Amino acid sequence: MNKARTNPLNTTAMHGALILYTLIALFPVFVIIINSFKTRRAIFREPLALPDADSFSLIGYQTVMKQGDFFLYFQNSMIVTVVSLTFILLFGAMAAFALSEYRFKGNLIMGLYLALGIMIPIRIGTVAILEMMVATGLVNTLWALILVYTAQGLPLAVFILSEFMRQVSDDLKDAGRVDGLSEYTIFFRLVLPLVRPAMATVAVFNMIPIWNDLWFPLILAPAEETKTLTLGSQVFIGQFVTDWNAVLSALSMAILPVLVLYVIFSRQLIRGLTSGAVK
Amino acid sequence: MTALTLQNVNKSFGKVEVLKDINIEVEDGEFVVFVGPSGCGKSTLLRVIAGLEDVTSGEVRIGGELMNLTPPSKRGIAMVFQSYALYPHLNVRKNMSLALKQEGQSKQVIDERVAKASKMLNLEPYIDRYPSELSGGQRQRVAIGRAIVREPKLFLFDEPLSNLDAALRMNTRLEIANLHQQLDASMIYVTHDQTEAMTLADKIVVLRDGRVEQVGSPMELYNNPANQFVAGFLGSPSMNFFPASLIGESADITTGIRPEDLFLTDDGPISAQITHVEHLGGDTNVIAQMQDHQITARLFGQHQVTAGQPVRFGYAVDRTYRFDPQGVRLS
Repeated sequence: MNKARTNPLNTTAMHGALILYTLIALFPVFVIIINSFKTRRAIFREPLALPDADSFSLIGYQTVMKQGDFFLYFQNSMIVTVVSLTFILLFGAMAAFALSEYRFKGNLIMGLYLALGIMIPIRIGTVAILEMMVATGLVNTLWALILVYTAQGLPLAVFILSEFMRQVSDDLKDAGRVDGLSEYTIFFRLVLPLVRPAMATVAVFNMIPIWNDLWFPLILAPAEETKTLTLGSQVFIGQFVTDWNAVLSALSMAILPVLVLYVIFSRQLIRGLTSGAVK
Repeated sequence: MTALTLQNVNKSFGKVEVLKDINIEVEDGEFVVFVGPSGCGKSTLLRVIAGLEDVTSGEVRIGGELMNLTPPSKRGIAMVFQSYALYPHLNVRKNMSLALKQEGQSKQVIDERVAKASKMLNLEPYIDRYPSELSGGQRQRVAIGRAIVREPKLFLFDEPLSNLDAALRMNTRLEIANLHQQLDASMIYVTHDQTEAMTLADKIVVLRDGRVEQVGSPMELYNNPANQFVAGFLGSPSMNFFPASLIGESADITTGIRPEDLFLTDDGPISAQITHVEHLGGDTNVIAQMQDHQITARLFGQHQVTAGQPVRFGYAVDRTYRFDPQGVRLS
């Protein structure tokens, strides 16, 4: 083992830096959560104080529950995020498998074409997308968002996953073929489990921008019944008056589901099931 | 009956020709070894036979039937891979039975064959373990078991021993030889190791640059190599080559003498300076410099010679080989 790595001074410095970074990253979240439990006056008087007996108030959460269909927004966000992620992972992995596994004409061109999507932001095409959605009658449906997010996520997913799939042992896939497994079985049963950490990475990368997006919900699905959580929270932010209690409470509650999804995926990131497959 | 016939098989990837006009026959029950340096196309040839690659032209017949377009699982073959390629999410029993399930065999047949194979390979104690819980040798036996249960017409081995350590390699080599006797099936075995080729094969196919250089029994190839490449590839240490002018013959002929055919003698025709001595106990390898050519002599028993010492080697004239400038053997 490298001596420098086990040096206690280095270890302390390393952990110190990591802890500092964690604190900085968590600070805004912390401020949002403590203030969501305070009265409006307490928020402005001492934004960094913890709620005490005097300043404790659930008024924000009550407003959120009363006003607007918060649970519907929540449900919309959840459906859009989960369905988009499923599509991104499924189609992304399939495309990546085809690109990495099969020799066909235009393989390289196709790969480059898909990678191009990483460099061009999808928002440039907003007007065209809106026109398309109007033409197909998908405006104000969750499908509009799901389709756009899937398109947005696919290029990076294909790019990352095809790199990982190239590393999956050819012998393993060939053994499956000799044993009579179909290409679909080889893909789902042999290859996917081995690239699970990469799938989790792609999922985490895509999940947060989708969950937090305000742009496309505002343009493509602003109707009451298709509002997402981020868009729904905007009702509390006015041009002249902002209901900070409600905004902070809504945001605090919006953090939870992403957190749960993140925990699920990050477990996959860590778990290495591949040992023993080859060599 | 022939187990496998390859007729004018060509394979190219784009413009690169990997296999050029291969013609090989494998008889029933024969153990055939494809041997050659890395990049000679031997693994590609095996994959063509398995159906994992399509031929560019030519015919692949297994058991007399044309198999050019038959998918691997329908060819009646089983393959053992270099990296074992066990299914990581299945235990030993399921690894072995998967192919049979795909074939639609009854549960009874599957259990019977798995039990037979695991007994043959001493895998019974590990039958419920996962690949990650097995050692390298055990994994290789599972990979072989997975091939056996299918009771194929033809076994294909792709460098099955190269991931094992030296001691295990020797044991597994013997196991494979035993297996061949017990199963009485045709086997094709790919390796770059000439020792494996010599010890296992009924018939060796030497490949170079996608071409078959020579086909024959191990002793035929050893005693009667068709060209300089085969002569140099088989035998360890490999054959000495030097211009025939050094022993008083025409200069454009290359002479080859096997290290074991050289012996020390005071009035031998080859005079050289010893540069290195390897004492192996049973025999002694003497590496010497003859003008600017290195020659190796393998002397039986133990000899007290040291580096720097001048020596003279003798040889029997009928044990020398002569090759023309293109490397073709001259009789």
